[in-house]
Amino acid sequence: MTVLIEAVGLHKRFGEIKAVDGISLKVAKGEVLGFLGPNGAGKSTTMKMITGFLEPDSGKAEICGTDVFQEPKIAKAKFGYVPEGAPSYGEMTTRAFLSFIAEIRGFRGAELKSRIDRAVERAGLQPVLDQIIDTLSKGYKRRVGLAQAILHDPPVLIMDEPTDGLDPNQKHHVRELITDMAADKAIIISTHILEEVEAVCSRAVVINKGMIVADGTAEDLLQRMHYHGAVSLKVIADRADAAIRALSSASIVARVETVGKPNGHMLLRAIPREKTMTSAEIAAVLRAQNIPVDELYVERGRLDDVFRKITMPEEGSGNA
Amino acid sequence: MRSTWDNAWIIAKRELRAYFATPLALVFLTVFVALTGALTFYVGQFFQRGQADLFPFFAYHPWLYLLLVPAVAMRLWAEERKSGTIELLMTLPITPFEAILGKFLAAWAFIGLALILTFPIWITVNLLGSPDNGVIFTSYLGSFLMAGAFLAIGSFVSTLTKNQVIAFIVASLICFLFTMSGLDLVQNSLRAWTPAFFSSAVSSLSFLTHFQRIVRGVLDLPTLIFFFSMIAFWLFATVIAIDQKKAQ
Repeated sequence: MTVLIEAVGLHKRFGEIKAVDGISLKVAKGEVLGFLGPNGAGKSTTMKMITGFLEPDSGKAEICGTDVFQEPKIAKAKFGYVPEGAPSYGEMTTRAFLSFIAEIRGFRGAELKSRIDRAVERAGLQPVLDQIIDTLSKGYKRRVGLAQAILHDPPVLIMDEPTDGLDPNQKHHVRELITDMAADKAIIISTHILEEVEAVCSRAVVINKGMIVADGTAEDLLQRMHYHGAVSLKVIADRADAAIRALSSASIVARVETVGKPNGHMLLRAIPREKTMTSAEIAAVLRAQNIPVDELYVERGRLDDVFRKITMPEEGSGNA
Repeated sequence: MRSTWDNAWIIAKRELRAYFATPLALVFLTVFVALTGALTFYVGQFFQRGQADLFPFFAYHPWLYLLLVPAVAMRLWAEERKSGTIELLMTLPITPFEAILGKFLAAWAFIGLALILTFPIWITVNLLGSPDNGVIFTSYLGSFLMAGAFLAIGSFVSTLTKNQVIAFIVASLICFLFTMSGLDLVQNSLRAWTPAFFSSAVSSLSFLTHFQRIVRGVLDLPTLIFFFSMIAFWLFATVIAIDQKKAQ
């Protein structure tokens, strides 16, 4: 594993507010790190420090082993960055803007042209190549920002909310693009859209109030939920008591919760004693008592809930 | 690694293109040429003086620059900060100085173009008489240098705010102080209560004092040093301000 992005003990305060309070992380080649957190948690500030835009109060950041503050020019050549909102020079055409970026990145002549062509193709910008960026839709503007970042095919990509404000098709397209490039790059994307983490990220880091509160795969995060592995089922209301009794006495079930009573049915949730409980076992328990079940499924826990639980401990534990 | 000039040149090219992407640049050029003409012929009484020189033309340049140069300079950084492109620019593999130099040179070249477009006045005076074209050339050069100094001040002020109107007003004000400091009006009131070296120091910082020497045909080393060190100083201040303020 080659570590391409490394942040060590980043701190930043704005006046009295500690925006980032000791964040350290490593991202290896082939990893897509999802950077999660509520608004104001310090996601953008951290990314600004990793990209060398904002000087930290203490700590350091390295891209491909080069310190971004000691040797900014060398480090900055090795990453592509999509800042929050994917800003670009609105009065330019897509082509002129990308040419400018390519020139700054040191490409000339035929290579400049082929680099632009490639980035345009990957980001799907052909239809708007000669349009003024200001006149483009939000989705295209985003993609211009993305094209700009991947133009020099950098080993490191850092994107601040790359799919924010895109429609589902466009989101899908951007995620595909990220997945395509993931194998030989280290990528950080910040987001507050949790499905994105499951869709593209190999690892997720959740930050809150400037500190890392969770680090693991999406699956690891889901494990943190009480409901993870619970089996939900729907039975006819008059058989509900019998079902509760049957399940409560089963050895595999820790306890049974009633969730709700929609249209003459009762929604129950069986919380497992062991993580290995399966829906088949629950179904067998009920079949033994001749209780008909309308619906039965294993809860994976929702990332939204995990997120709430991690970032708002008081409220989260009340719910769980 | 490419040189500072290469990168500054790429930045400058982009800036210049951005100027002409909107009609604003043409409006500016038109206003500049029209105003210099009007001031020379009507206020400066070019014909009535009956002299074949461009003194009335150049005499109004400092006052014209007071309004027009901050108008060019105000967008240099305020716009980048407002639209967030500064974050893009500052994470590209260039130094802040290269970006600042590139933007400054683009704006300076733009004002240079405005000056060149006043050439009909030069033709006019050559048709009417036989002026000292050496003095005229020196005056053009001096005017261009002075514009550069105004522009460097404007560049600095532009980094301090996201609001272009504020950038314009503050830059005009600072430029005004630097111009006024050489006027008798200011000098007399200073001499009344400050030591002589102070009032002469203030006077020596005046754009007007230096420019008036140039218009009389004296473009000497101290004057060149004055304008170039003014430009260098304010660009340096811009570098520091960008470093401090870019992320806010």
